[in-house]
Amino acid sequence: MTTVGKALPHESAAGHVSGAAPYIEDLPRRADELWVEFVGSPCANGTIESIDAAAAKAMPGVVAVLTHEDVPGHNKWGGVVVDEPFFPDDHVSYIGQPIVAIAAVDRETALRARAAVVIKVREEKPVLSVDDGIAAQDFLGGVQRIARGDFAAAWENAPHRHETTLLIGGQEQFYLENQSALAIPEEDGSIVIHASTQNPTEIQAVVAEGLGLPLNKVVCICRRMGGGFGGKETQAAIPTFMVALVAMKTGRSARVVYTKDDDMMVTGKRHEYRVNVKAAFEDNGTLLGVKIDAFSNGGAFTDLSFAVMERTLFHADNAYYIPHFEATGRVCRTNLPPNTAFRGFGGPQGVVAIEHTIQEIAQILGLDPYEVRRRNCYGIGERDETPYGQRITHNTLPEVLDTLRETSAYEARTRQIATYNKTSRRHLKGIAMTPVKFGISFTATFLNQGNALVNVYTDGTVQVSTGGTEMGQGLNTKVRQIVADEFGIPIESVRVMTTSTEKNHNTPPTAASAGTDLNGLAAQNACAKILAGMRAYAAGVFTGGETGLDPDPSLIRFRDGRVFDERRPGNFLLFGQFAKRCHLNRVNIGARGFYATPKLHFDRSTGRGHPFNYYTTGAAVAEVTIDRFTGDLVVDRVDMLMDIGRMINPGIDRGQVIGGFVQGMGWVTTEQLVYSPKGNLLSHSPTTYKIPGIDDVPRTFNVAYLDNDRNAHNVHASKAVGEPPLLLGISVWAAVKDALAGAAPGRLSGLNLPATGEEILRCLTELAAPEKSGTESKGRTLSPAK
Amino acid sequence: MKDRENEGTLPGPAVFTAPHSRRLFLKGMGLAAGATAILPTVAVGQNADAETEEIPGLKILGRGEQKVTLKVNGASRTVAIEPRETLLNVLRTKLGLTGSKEVCDRGTCGCCTVLLDGASIVSCLMLAIDAVGHEVTTIEGVADDPKNAALIDAFCEHDAAQCGYCIPGIVVRSSALLDENPAPTAEEIRQGLSGNICRCGTYTKIFDAVGSVSKGGRT
Repeated sequence: MTTVGKALPHESAAGHVSGAAPYIEDLPRRADELWVEFVGSPCANGTIESIDAAAAKAMPGVVAVLTHEDVPGHNKWGGVVVDEPFFPDDHVSYIGQPIVAIAAVDRETALRARAAVVIKVREEKPVLSVDDGIAAQDFLGGVQRIARGDFAAAWENAPHRHETTLLIGGQEQFYLENQSALAIPEEDGSIVIHASTQNPTEIQAVVAEGLGLPLNKVVCICRRMGGGFGGKETQAAIPTFMVALVAMKTGRSARVVYTKDDDMMVTGKRHEYRVNVKAAFEDNGTLLGVKIDAFSNGGAFTDLSFAVMERTLFHADNAYYIPHFEATGRVCRTNLPPNTAFRGFGGPQGVVAIEHTIQEIAQILGLDPYEVRRRNCYGIGERDETPYGQRITHNTLPEVLDTLRETSAYEARTRQIATYNKTSRRHLKGIAMTPVKFGISFTATFLNQGNALVNVYTDGTVQVSTGGTEMGQGLNTKVRQIVADEFGIPIESVRVMTTSTEKNHNTPPTAASAGTDLNGLAAQNACAKILAGMRAYAAGVFTGGETGLDPDPSLIRFRDGRVFDERRPGNFLLFGQFAKRCHLNRVNIGARGFYATPKLHFDRSTGRGHPFNYYTTGAAVAEVTIDRFTGDLVVDRVDMLMDIGRMINPGIDRGQVIGGFVQGMGWVTTEQLVYSPKGNLLSHSPTTYKIPGIDDVPRTFNVAYLDNDRNAHNVHASKAVGEPPLLLGISVWAAVKDALAGAAPGRLSGLNLPATGEEILRCLTELAAPEKSGTESKGRTLSPAK
Repeated sequence: MKDRENEGTLPGPAVFTAPHSRRLFLKGMGLAAGATAILPTVAVGQNADAETEEIPGLKILGRGEQKVTLKVNGASRTVAIEPRETLLNVLRTKLGLTGSKEVCDRGTCGCCTVLLDGASIVSCLMLAIDAVGHEVTTIEGVADDPKNAALIDAFCEHDAAQCGYCIPGIVVRSSALLDENPAPTAEEIRQGLSGNICRCGTYTKIFDAVGSVSKGGRT
């Protein structure tokens, strides 16, 4: 009985469903525990004039009031560029930026003390939107660029040219478990931290740096997260540092749990983008050259913005071969919380830029957008090299597109919709297929490593620990399956342990969809080491004497809970009995495994290399209905086809595919970040920020998988699944754009993202208005062919 | 990003320098918060501040902690609470029932859903003192109730949870839904669960899990 390939429930299913699985806030109160709150900056840009915390300090029950002056180590952190203060000492850079941490005996007291702190700031005008940032020409870092061929020449000589622009909104991660951490001071000045983080190793490093401790005095532990989605890749750092500092200063345990309002206001999100695109193409829609200039709203500090932009540039080709290609990226410094990772990590913005362009090219040429997509799709054995020089091997994109076109009845429905739009006076329908080709690996090559610790006990049960963190994506369940199969034992015999930097150190964040790839293979490597020792010993156990067999380790089998020599399967030991004998005979039955993804390289100076281990691909067809008079949007039907290789756990993967799509659909439709002119986030709770609910899920939602067992690059021929489906949510946005094309076939809609009801209505209104020549109308007339 | 002119009409930057927590807000309202506890049926306990005010026929409780008896998951639990404390807060911090989660704190996410006399409510929008005299059932009680065994099993088998944070509330709401209507249609399940949000977006599995124990056909 093997477990890989089976839809086994999540390892914590019973705990989740009964409410028994604890998250940070649920851990029992400790006798000495303090509750921590923070006081944030009242304005988005300015200089601190005074901090008056006397009244707060005098309150009974308030134990510590801490500012930058209390930071014993370096008051700056940052995973890529060390530019973000834990607590600002002079300049404040966004509303809510933590300035003061308050520790009190309980939450009530801490909140009362927080209200008593008065911070005076000399206010300066803030830069908020990406467009403001471009105008201010204030950038974080330099220009990033990936290019191939000669775009200028292609543009000059093309039969058709099109210039377009798109404003792409940000997105709040909206993990339901808000940022939270618990710090416990231990002997010799060391600290143990329980954090809701995707990145225990970075938390360990950041806390050590801020407290001035060596790394070996800080342990970071994460049992599970109530969602991460990228929002806990770097940004658990500030709340975690707050409690660590309080624990160090007071010698008492300290816990922080942000409220949803605070969390949304002070933590970074998916980056808002402005993309300007130039496309040169032939009569039949073949792309000759594309130039994309992308600007992101980086917020106040660097965080992961360079890497996010890099992935945008890597994905601006999406599924298309573009002979002459140039993509540049710049990160605008603004007065918002530093924007950060969010599932897709810049990929979605790059993909939506090219998909937007293709929708418009099709409209200009009067072609079906699918036709333009299929014509430009990466080929097999030809037209298969990306602009950064990596060839797409085992390319499944053409098969995905062709198959989905058939299974979704795309052609027939397109015709029906055209007829419908001519007759319906109330509604407009739209349909679109968008593909995805998502590169799997961290683009920072050194992060592509993982380690695992496997302990076999003398009753035959096993513990496995990895540096990967569990945020609901099912990593632990998949690792459990992989290890169970290595030893041929039931899944119940394997426990995946709490992630801790004490057991697994120097690990990458659980991100880039690579959790199972890196940690699963590291666990497999640890098992292989144990099995090698076991085999060598077993070879002697099952042979010799009356068996008449010669010892041969290669013939030892671990199957169905038994250990035996293949030549005499009836002569076996149960795995537990055998483990005990190994121990008594001093055979090592524990090991640490390691894995580093091979063959990865990328040269930033030339923009060329082989940054990805492989690609996960897929496509989705979305059909939508919009109300001509209100802009109201309904997603009627979605058909998805994904190539995620041979699935380790089809149940978990299905959850990732559907959940990712729904999240992507939220980004492109209802999720809108609204700020006041002073930089105050106004949509900071589910009352004003609309994530998809159960009723937003399309009434018809078909998910299918390509049969592909050829991915030799990864564990059990599986493929990473976490992020790619999110990018297929873009099909919904493209379908809205298609519906708007139905409103006025001769005019481009200028639809921005998200396509909220308001935005759709704005476009409909513009498209209905008479064309004004020479004025700035967002609904642009189709540019005539050259 | 869109700028709006209505700054000030929604919670603004002042939240970081002024009390914005609904609990503090209620505290600040003093008598008003107490007034919601004007319940002649409430058992009056020790009054910490001795500020009890007499109104003919009514007794005002508070300020300060009051000893009250709550019936939770079938057991009587006597606990000292302030009249302004939410039921969610008391369940989580004073009774150790951490299955109900606080996410939005304003009745929008559904993660704190519990049963009050068998009907689902969001416990962040109810004062604990208002629950006196009623039967409160949390996810811990719902999960232990044999009549929900099939529902609990269905949620596990369909692997309806990813991160799991929304699931206790959704299970509680689903059990109430099935009590209201043992054979909900697909549309009724959608309607019935539309007050609970799940960021992992695992809705179709939730839908399948509830549908699998619906006594009627899923049409």
